[in-house]
Amino acid sequence: MDSLLNRYRNVTVLVLVIMAQLVLLAYQVKSGNDVRLIRVWAVTAVTPLARTLEGIRSGVTNFIGNYITLHDTRQQNREIREQLGRLKMENQFLRSELSTADRARALSVFQSRSQSRTLAARVIGTGAGASSKVVFVERGSVSGVEKGMAVVTPDGIVGKVIAAFPVTSEVVLITDSSFAAGVISQKSRAHGILRGQGSGTCRVDGVQNEEKVEVGEWFYTSGDDRVFPKGMPAGQVKVVRQASPFEEIFVDPSGLQNGLEEVLIVLEGVHQMVPDAPNASAAVHLQSPPPAADPSTPQAPATATAPGTDADRLRDRYKAIGESQNHKFGEGLPGSKPPDFNAPITAKPKPPLAVPPTPPADPQ
Amino acid sequence: MTYSGDRILLGSQRESQVSKFRPWVLFVVPAIAILFNFYIPLFFHFLGFLDLPLLVTVYFALMRRSPIAGTFIGAFIGLAQDSLAKNPLGQYGIVKTLVGYFAASVGLRFDVDHPFIRLLLGFFFFFFHEFFSWVLARALLGQQVDFDLMSTLVLGILNAVVALFLFHFLDRLRETI
Repeated sequence: MDSLLNRYRNVTVLVLVIMAQLVLLAYQVKSGNDVRLIRVWAVTAVTPLARTLEGIRSGVTNFIGNYITLHDTRQQNREIREQLGRLKMENQFLRSELSTADRARALSVFQSRSQSRTLAARVIGTGAGASSKVVFVERGSVSGVEKGMAVVTPDGIVGKVIAAFPVTSEVVLITDSSFAAGVISQKSRAHGILRGQGSGTCRVDGVQNEEKVEVGEWFYTSGDDRVFPKGMPAGQVKVVRQASPFEEIFVDPSGLQNGLEEVLIVLEGVHQMVPDAPNASAAVHLQSPPPAADPSTPQAPATATAPGTDADRLRDRYKAIGESQNHKFGEGLPGSKPPDFNAPITAKPKPPLAVPPTPPADPQ
Repeated sequence: MTYSGDRILLGSQRESQVSKFRPWVLFVVPAIAILFNFYIPLFFHFLGFLDLPLLVTVYFALMRRSPIAGTFIGAFIGLAQDSLAKNPLGQYGIVKTLVGYFAASVGLRFDVDHPFIRLLLGFFFFFFHEFFSWVLARALLGQQVDFDLMSTLVLGILNAVVALFLFHFLDRLRETI
């Protein structure tokens, strides 16, 4: 027996090592559990090195960018980009509010709304493996990140957290073949499931052939998956084909268009309405800019008696405008004159507002 | 990179010299390869095609000329790679274990210092790795993944070319006895 084992020692060791890994694999597949300890060790061992490398890289590039080539233009650029990102999100929110503000039923929806609470995180590494579509971000369970949280950028959804380690989290990207999210089309309100394909585009499954989805149309998250809040941009339709049993729809994910350096982890998601109007690239009718700040307009910060959310404050403002101009929301016929939202509020005193009048974007 | 002979098969057992490495080399080089895959493609997307952990596995297995050592090197690197990916632990581990074993077995029969052999083995083991990963993903894990033959062949050639230079560099770290 011993001589037999010695003779086939190499093959025996190979078989044992493979069997051990097969058992490990079978355990994970059958139980659905991960062998977390090994992953924690590996990630904990690698991330300090990745952080150091990232520190060296950003230090060197910052030095070159700030002091040699463009002095402080890079810093300025970063600030502007951050500001642009914030404004994009705010713009997105306000557009969806404006598109529904004229409808009385939308007012009740506002009551339960507030903007999602997010956490900014820098991407510090990609998953090992040529076909891997995961990234690691520098925020973990210590910062309140949990498995299953949505990850977005101001341009759209990026992916979701699949593992939260103490100071790092692993995020599977929207383009990964295992990714899926509930989406809804902007015009026809067709529900579908957005799936990654392992390449740069995603596919929307489950849309009936009868549903009319057009090229160029936007898909937004539907909130059905309980991961992504409703109303976040997912991507723009590139190809639509009739197929059996469902339409073949390919989408260009918007969240990854500008690269991935910083992302937002949605700690507390809040659903928004899917905007009716075309997205940023299309023309949007907006009112003319407001007059110069009127000192008579109440601008004080919210007090304890004021409603808690921006949506509440916006609703109160619209209500006040409607009352001051004798306009009843939801009763006007199509084409009737809307109230002037920029006129100063002269009627009875209103609850104080926290949101200053926002200058609308230039109509395209 | 100098090579005087033209033979690719080893004539006798004496020719199959086992290459020894300092212990730190066996840990640091795979760690750098894994870190490379973890970090560099983030900024240089075009380097995402490089599977350095695989090339390092093949190199150490070939040079050690011990199937048992090759098995363990492959298993270690594969499991480390698995733990940094979203794969279940063992997916890359099993494939790289096989790569390590077969590379070491090949190292016993061929003159693995020959550049042509290295090029060929780099290509072969990349293809083997990708194909077997695909088989595992479909058959064992039930994942719906596609196998793109053409891109695998092209990536295999690219990895083989890189392997040639990488192996030459790693040769400087070995101590032949």
